[in-house]
Amino acid sequence: MISYEFIHKFSDVIFVGLFFVNNKLLKTMSNSSLPNYLEYKGKYKGIFAWIFSTDHKRIGLLYLYSIMGFFIVGAILGLLMKFELIAPGKTIMEAKSYNAVFTLHGITMIFLIVVPGIPAIFGNFFLPILIGAKDVFYPKLNLLSWWLYIIGAAVAISSQFMNGASPDTGWTFYAPYSFRTQSNVLPALIGAFILGFSSILTGLNFIVTMHRMRAPGMKWLKMPIFPWTLYGTAWIQLLATPVVGITLLMVVAERVLNIGFFDPALGGDPVLYQHLFWIYSHPAVYIMILPAMGIISEVIPTFARKAIFGYKAVVISTLLIAFVGYFVWGHHMFTAGMSGTSLFAFSFLTFLVAIPSAIKIFNWMATLYKGSILLRTPMYWAVSFLFVFMIGGLSGMVLGALSINVHLHDTAFVVSHFHFIVFGGVGFAFFAGIHYWFPKIYGKMYDAAWADTGWIVFFFGFLLLYTPMFYLGIAGMPRRYYDYVPEFHFANILSSFGAFIMIAGLAIIIINLFRSAKRGKKAESNPWAGKTLEWTIGSPPIVENFEEIPEIK
Amino acid sequence: MYSNLSNFSEGVDDSFVIIFGIIAFFLVALTAVLIYFLIRYREERNPVPTEIEGNVWLEIIWTVIPLGLVLGMFYYGWMAWIPMMQKAPEESIEIKTTAQMWSWKFEYENGKKTDTLYIPKGKPVELLLTSPDVLHSLYIPAFRVKRDVVPGRVTEMWFEANKVGSYDLFCAEYCGLQHSFMTTEVVVMTQEKYDEWYIDTTAAAKIMATPGAAGLQVLRDNGCIACHSLDGSKLVGPSYKGIMGHEVEVITNGKEKTVLVDAEYIKNSIYNPDADLVKGFTKGLMRSYKDELSDEEVEQIIVYLETLSDKEQ
Repeated sequence: MISYEFIHKFSDVIFVGLFFVNNKLLKTMSNSSLPNYLEYKGKYKGIFAWIFSTDHKRIGLLYLYSIMGFFIVGAILGLLMKFELIAPGKTIMEAKSYNAVFTLHGITMIFLIVVPGIPAIFGNFFLPILIGAKDVFYPKLNLLSWWLYIIGAAVAISSQFMNGASPDTGWTFYAPYSFRTQSNVLPALIGAFILGFSSILTGLNFIVTMHRMRAPGMKWLKMPIFPWTLYGTAWIQLLATPVVGITLLMVVAERVLNIGFFDPALGGDPVLYQHLFWIYSHPAVYIMILPAMGIISEVIPTFARKAIFGYKAVVISTLLIAFVGYFVWGHHMFTAGMSGTSLFAFSFLTFLVAIPSAIKIFNWMATLYKGSILLRTPMYWAVSFLFVFMIGGLSGMVLGALSINVHLHDTAFVVSHFHFIVFGGVGFAFFAGIHYWFPKIYGKMYDAAWADTGWIVFFFGFLLLYTPMFYLGIAGMPRRYYDYVPEFHFANILSSFGAFIMIAGLAIIIINLFRSAKRGKKAESNPWAGKTLEWTIGSPPIVENFEEIPEIK
Repeated sequence: MYSNLSNFSEGVDDSFVIIFGIIAFFLVALTAVLIYFLIRYREERNPVPTEIEGNVWLEIIWTVIPLGLVLGMFYYGWMAWIPMMQKAPEESIEIKTTAQMWSWKFEYENGKKTDTLYIPKGKPVELLLTSPDVLHSLYIPAFRVKRDVVPGRVTEMWFEANKVGSYDLFCAEYCGLQHSFMTTEVVVMTQEKYDEWYIDTTAAAKIMATPGAAGLQVLRDNGCIACHSLDGSKLVGPSYKGIMGHEVEVITNGKEKTVLVDAEYIKNSIYNPDADLVKGFTKGLMRSYKDELSDEEVEQIIVYLETLSDKEQ
């Protein structure tokens, strides 16, 4: 039996290893007139030159390494679940471990990876460059956000090592089970609370940066799409995250002080918890997906060699998604016993929120029309993003319909749907982004043949992993099931095989990127003939990005 | 997908097929266009891109048409859901349903209790759902129905079965350790068979004749055996097999001591589960059954447990 404690120790090793590799990288970097951000020597030395750096690019990389470390752990946890589900009954672990594994998988993937993910990594690294600024508006606050992220992550993960059992509530912490369970829920909640502040401060920082630091001549409607999506995201981070902060505090108060908010035994209402939880966690989906759409909106025009089709429509649809996304949380609770009127309204709004996403799809496709398309690794990822994102979005139509939702709610169908959106959407966009900006970040090129191999293996594995789960949901297999009836066996086998293939693809991708960062060929400053500002400066960029702030005509 | 096993399944399946048809069309069509563009406008075939800023009419068209379509999908989804939302018909059979960690309990109008749901074909059934502990959700995939069970509230659901047979019934809302084992069946019978089953107490009487049978029935009806096995295997709580007359290590007020399991101990453990907790098991998992089990029922349980110990010796 594989214990998840082991996995966690393993993750620490990976995490420390990532820093080590990065420090090795520094020594091999090239020279230009001014020191680039990787070589720059400040007050501190060694690892301190990174963890106390206020340079937005170094902070971006700090996030990249921390998030990648957690991502590897989260992916392995997911793989363990798929191992367990390959056959009914016990395969490699007991129900208790399984419940803890899917809880940890969810907490890690959501709170530590996809929510901070793209804004923290690429937002930090590229937002100032894309708007022609030397850094974010509050560099120290930016560093503090990373520290809060690490502290929050450490507190959340400490729940695994304390006395008693690992949390087994699922990442949603639904009341009243989260009060009944004897497992260490409190540290996980406090960790999530601290992570929330990291998110709020990053959002605040980005908003102020975009309002105050755009280069002369860069009007709002001249900003590239990626900053625009970060702008929409930042507002959600700022306005929605406090709700979950308050909710988590209420849970803590209830557990510690016995104040009855949510537990019926104390006179509370468990459905209230669900409302508060989803008032944050639904907009959080847009925190995840908007910046992903931003990356795609950069990659597709670059590789189609033309400007994005319908710039204004894309900007407006971004802001619309950010806005309407606040009002659809109820669709997570269609069977919880809300009034018919609320259900009607939530279902209606859910269908409406699909429109701005559809507009984006159409504009991306129209951008390809009459382009001169260069098919390179980032473009493969972007195009496959379109495909999986369409599946994710369209399957959301099925779930938004009230009558069908009653049948499919809390089944494998839902799990498949949100993995197509959150993993397919955000993950594919992340990989598009890392393969797009890699030459800029490291000043090195990666091995394109291996990168393409990794992509095709990953893509195929991904589809094989999640498509059978649509079927399983329709056939009625509930989610979070450790065991299942024999009818569900075959589709589970397919899905587990998909997971193995996908993880193999992931390994190829990550190993290739690490090797290339170390030994890759030197990259030009503009390998893709990109039009945005980051391609006008050296690879890797100098410490404050621009020797002179550019003027935009 | 068509099952046609309950009064709702046709409506749900219709809306599913309509919506699935629309989205499948869009997925295929858009993917085809995407692939066509990638081939037709690849660098080698089209070396010079044509700059197009945008097109207001196109934007309007691809906003309005999808808007119409999603409104249509919303409408179909909503229409099929209206009957589910309505109150159950007057003539419905009412069954009080308790969902608890990790078993189901059904109580019929004449007081009959089961752990499997028995219903007649072609007659509306209304379930009144309650939970004494955490959230659960009653889900019958074949009937396309699901309803959350919320502690502190009574939620209602109703349906009518169309075909004789037995179908899976799952708990769909995560409820802890044994969540995936919180399953049972719905047995749909013809009206005549159901009536026979409903008034028949002879089967029960026959069982009652063997010693301890009444106790076993109490254990089944209250879901005890979801956590306490009868065959010695370790679940969430101690197994019943051979428990009577044995000495166990317990923790009382934080101190370990050894007690002999007798009638007094069993009764106390049912009413105050955490008072003398058997070492190695988790505190707080079992609730007190003081309000649910009478002294007589506890007596019956004890008689049954004694038979389990006899067998072993």
